[in-house]
Amino acid sequence: MIRYIGQRLLMMIPVILGISLIIFSIMDLTKGDPARLILGEGATLEAIEAKREELGLNDHFIVRYVKYIAGVAVGDFGRSYRTDAPVSEEIFSRFPTTFYIAFLGILFATLFAIPAGVISAVRQYSAIDVITTVVAMLLTSMPGFFVGMLLILVFALMLRIFPATGISTWKHFILPSLSVASVTMANFIRMTRSTMLEVIRQDYIRTARAKGASVRRVIFTHCLRNSLLPVVTVIGINFGVQLGGTIMIEAVFAIPGLGTYMINAIRQKDIPAVMGSVIFAAIVAGIVNLAVDIMYAYIDPRVKSHYERFTKRGRRDAGKA
Amino acid sequence: MNVNLLEIEDLRVIYKTDEDTIYAVNGVDMSVKNGETMGLVGETGAGKTTTALAIMKLLPERTGFIKSGRITLDGIDITRATEHEMEAIRGNTVSMIFQDPMTSLNPTITVGRQIAEVLQLHEKSKSSSEMARSVDEMMELVGIPSHRKNEYPHQFSGGMKQRIVIAIALACKPKLLIADEPTTALDVTIQDQVLEMMNDLKERLGTSMILITHDLGVVAQTCDTVAIMYAGEIIERGRVEEVFDTQIRHPYTSGLFGSIPNIKVTARRLNPIDGLMPDPASPPDGCGFYERCPKKMEMCGKKPPLFPTEGNGHAIRCWLHGDCARRGDGS
Repeated sequence: MIRYIGQRLLMMIPVILGISLIIFSIMDLTKGDPARLILGEGATLEAIEAKREELGLNDHFIVRYVKYIAGVAVGDFGRSYRTDAPVSEEIFSRFPTTFYIAFLGILFATLFAIPAGVISAVRQYSAIDVITTVVAMLLTSMPGFFVGMLLILVFALMLRIFPATGISTWKHFILPSLSVASVTMANFIRMTRSTMLEVIRQDYIRTARAKGASVRRVIFTHCLRNSLLPVVTVIGINFGVQLGGTIMIEAVFAIPGLGTYMINAIRQKDIPAVMGSVIFAAIVAGIVNLAVDIMYAYIDPRVKSHYERFTKRGRRDAGKA
Repeated sequence: MNVNLLEIEDLRVIYKTDEDTIYAVNGVDMSVKNGETMGLVGETGAGKTTTALAIMKLLPERTGFIKSGRITLDGIDITRATEHEMEAIRGNTVSMIFQDPMTSLNPTITVGRQIAEVLQLHEKSKSSSEMARSVDEMMELVGIPSHRKNEYPHQFSGGMKQRIVIAIALACKPKLLIADEPTTALDVTIQDQVLEMMNDLKERLGTSMILITHDLGVVAQTCDTVAIMYAGEIIERGRVEEVFDTQIRHPYTSGLFGSIPNIKVTARRLNPIDGLMPDPASPPDGCGFYERCPKKMEMCGKKPPLFPTEGNGHAIRCWLHGDCARRGDGS
């Protein structure tokens, strides 16, 4: 298992190299001179040229890319063009905010969606099932920022329970998290419902019923675990995406998270900041996916034995070489 | 030994779908005595499994219904039992083994815990160490070393999985075991082992059994009585010796026997029964076998044949035989 984790972490390296090359090229190919953006419209040509030299912008594309990657390899993501602060520091100072919102949002969504999905599958075509399906459809068709604005309208402006913007107290995190939850929840509900329905029809469920187990017991001990696998995947993927920063929701609630950082960096052609945040998001997504895969092994013993075989085969091949 | 453990009277089961109603079981009468094995034979769609599921009261929710009839198991009328009462009966008084061992075990729970579950449900007074001992015993009984109880179903072969399913079914020493084609999904060498083991365990535990099968050879080998089902009805029943060693048979049964290769007779081809079963959504007025019957008479298509229910003897639902023939002549 540890060997498998190691292999998976190593496999992330080429992925990150690929992503960084693509983003670096896009930043290079798009219009706009960072030096001019930093110094402003009134700057003289000499000053701009000096700035370009200082930032290393006059080097060949490949030289710049290799220099950048060499820096990243030792943990140096460069300095932001705008603030001159190290990019890694800026990202780490913003990441907790994004993490809390993503985590709380996914937690709310999961806590609501799994029971809702299970109930609507068990009571298929009942009133509860119809209501849940309608709610899920409504939520899918509403973008997160729209839900965010509605929440602000109701809970901040009308009821004055929660603040509309900022991140100073725990109350500030509730509305953004609910917006994140609303976007992801519909997906989770439908996934839970459909996999539950699939599992309920399996032969081993009939075997369990034939043993004399009650419907409730069958659902909790036999159905739930088997139907969680695809749900865990969807939750994991969504969590990974949210950790990269939710640009829209952060914008609505004026939250200084990774999303706003990235969008400002792109707007001002702050290449080190853009690169840093994209690579960071990629690493986080990779780690979350790995965590999901490890969770699989604990949910489904068949997957676990597959991993064990996988690493054993690896060892055998290594022995041959 | 002469008490009927299971008695089914005029059982009718329907499946309701949005489009139409399927008449799956149409007036089945049968009985199983203590310690006896009954073979239930018939082609696919004859209603064998539906009858079995009706006894377990595990017909698919919302579609399958017991329309009328009575099922008495060990003195209890199952058709009137509540779901809660059924939970105490299933796995305890009556167990069922399903056709495909590959899919009848939960892939995420160890086999030991799956065997233990049925004990937890019905023998609550047992301590956990007693239960663990019972699980070990059951595993050894079906020929699987008990140290494998912490393994998962995917680590076992098909034949071994079916042994575990059998261990689950027999763990509470039920009075009746319903085996729905327990060997169809297994290869021939394993089939024999599993059947022999089931027979042996059944003798030891004094369990009655309903063996659902397509295989007349298996019936001859393991059953005391046999009932032949066609289009939701039992068309012939009797003791195995009587049904097998006679020339007086229902034409459908004759057809079934004609479809088995005989090593002593050099026939060029087998004689399969032509045609298909009547559409269960619109059952015919007369005999269900009318369309395919080689010996059909005019009246067969109009009036369903009678079925002598008295006695334990050989009974045939056909206008050509017994009481039916006599009464048919008279009318």
